[in-house]
Amino acid sequence: MNLIVSIKQVPETTEVKVDPKTNALIREGVKSIVNPCDENAVEAALQLREAHGGKVTVITMGPPQAEAALRQALAMGADEGVLLTDPASRGSDTLATSYTLAQMVRKLGEFDLVLCGKQAIDGDTGQVGPGLAERLGVPQVTFAIGLEISDGRLRARRVLDDFFEVVEVRLPAVVTVVKQINEPRYPSMRNVLKAKRAQITRWSLADLGADLTQTGFEGSPTQVIRVWPPEKRAGGKRLEGPLVEVVNELAKAIKGMNVAAG
Amino acid sequence: MEAIDRMDFTLTEDQAAVLGAVKEFADQELAPRARETDEAGRWPAGNVRKLAELDLLGIPVPEQYGGLGMDFLTWTAVGEELSRACTTTGAVYGAHVLCVYPIMTFGTEEQKQKYLVPLARGEKIGAFGLTEPGAGSDAGAVSTRAERDGDCYVLNGTKIFISNGGEAEIYVIIANLDPSRGARRMTAFIVEKGTPGFEFGKDERKMAYPSLPNRELIFTDCRVPRDNLLAGENRGFRVAMQTLGVGRIGMAIGAVGLARAALEAAVPYAKQRQQFGKPISSFQAIQFMLADMATEVDAARLLTWRAAWLKDQGQPFEKEAAMAKLYASETAMRVTTKAVQIFGGYGYTRDFPVERYMREAKLFEIVEGTSEIQRLVIANQVLRGTTE
Repeated sequence: MNLIVSIKQVPETTEVKVDPKTNALIREGVKSIVNPCDENAVEAALQLREAHGGKVTVITMGPPQAEAALRQALAMGADEGVLLTDPASRGSDTLATSYTLAQMVRKLGEFDLVLCGKQAIDGDTGQVGPGLAERLGVPQVTFAIGLEISDGRLRARRVLDDFFEVVEVRLPAVVTVVKQINEPRYPSMRNVLKAKRAQITRWSLADLGADLTQTGFEGSPTQVIRVWPPEKRAGGKRLEGPLVEVVNELAKAIKGMNVAAG
Repeated sequence: MEAIDRMDFTLTEDQAAVLGAVKEFADQELAPRARETDEAGRWPAGNVRKLAELDLLGIPVPEQYGGLGMDFLTWTAVGEELSRACTTTGAVYGAHVLCVYPIMTFGTEEQKQKYLVPLARGEKIGAFGLTEPGAGSDAGAVSTRAERDGDCYVLNGTKIFISNGGEAEIYVIIANLDPSRGARRMTAFIVEKGTPGFEFGKDERKMAYPSLPNRELIFTDCRVPRDNLLAGENRGFRVAMQTLGVGRIGMAIGAVGLARAALEAAVPYAKQRQQFGKPISSFQAIQFMLADMATEVDAARLLTWRAAWLKDQGQPFEKEAAMAKLYASETAMRVTTKAVQIFGGYGYTRDFPVERYMREAKLFEIVEGTSEIQRLVIANQVLRGTTE
């Protein structure tokens, strides 16, 4: 079974700071990690490989440093890593990214399943997985919390706001997984050492035969005008004193807010 | 000493990669559950399985025998991370190698295939049995009897305080072919759990480490095949001393990890705890304690790394291992005591881990040779002037 996992290297969000003057993310000194639910996608692929045999290929696009994310996936046990790195792919939005990733998948040849995390913690759009399925012209299953493969079909349990849904699609397909699907394994030391030495395949857009008008800034209709942190909310007001006074004061405050009853 | 002149334990890229991965595992997996692991009073089976899955139970074992083929310095540095995050898990890791090391060093090819491979892969856990009721600091006084009988040796006697006892499946046991002749006839054997005549007795109730078994091993006409003789007859004292040498490095780094845990708990607490309208870290009395703690932890680590490095270079390391073990255990005791002091009344409660650290620290001044025995070993070498 040919399993492909598309992952993204993201800044560790707990440490993200926005430059108040330029409104740009401060990337210096911020640790890069594999997007958390992409690790779950890698884990899901490894479990499918353990159950059905086959190969797990991990792909990503980004700057040369994104290789570290691929090595992390290799340390978990993936078989091969492919990095698309090309200055012309910079500034890709989700449309251009899914185009480029689809070109990578095509170049890898026949596949059974592409796995992605539900969404990345930096952009938070959740669009690349579905976009990739559209580009590849295969069925998509989003928000999977359980996967089962038999007879060339994928049976997936999806987690939605108020309920679960079980769907079945024929392979090949694209699936996006949620964090709760599994517990990503810690890399074994043997795999850590192997991943360090592994050869990462590097492709450029030319290697993909990509249409340059569909990638990078040019292929991206989305333009980020401004990024800013949400206004810090003022701290709440604490009412202290004898109960009767506090309740009266609270009632007055609520009236002052013009809150509709009910 | 020539080796010391070019002492260099800069981590290689491989060592750094392994340590980074272990640190992440220790921080995320072991540390958050350390209290639970301790208070459970049960063998930490889940943690031990993870150590095996992560290839951490055979770090210094050659790859051909299922290990990682890395050095003792790596094994040592990993031990610090494990002990820092969860002292119980660190102790299992340390005790396991006391079985791995003698088989790796003295075992025949058949013994290595049969025992070292599963130990290195972590499929089986090991333990080492030397201590007896009458043979503690006086390690030459082993009275567990081994008698040759045909293709077997028959073992009779009792070992006590054996770490991993009962849970381990493979034991290196030091017995004596003639107890009246002391260390000269001591002989090592590999004994499997389940061998008829090999039973487990009392599991000690201790001041700390309720989840770490320290059990009696009872041998009653226990027939051990001749193939399980380790290193040959009368070589048991040597096996024991070499194993203890490595064991001392393991104990030293366990103490370093524990002391570091106490320091790492004390620093944020001192910064956050307010008294007289200021964080207590602004008072010199607290700053000086933290300065001493940090200095001693580093000094203890460096002594321990030096001993491990000498071992990796094939140099004598007995004195250095004794120094590391002595200094690191006493450091752990001092540093954990200061951590409790910095936490004040809260430090004495079970709401914070530092009281546990202090109880755990005491172990290190006693096991694998008390501080007094370490001083004797060091003094002996200093007076002989052999390594100066």
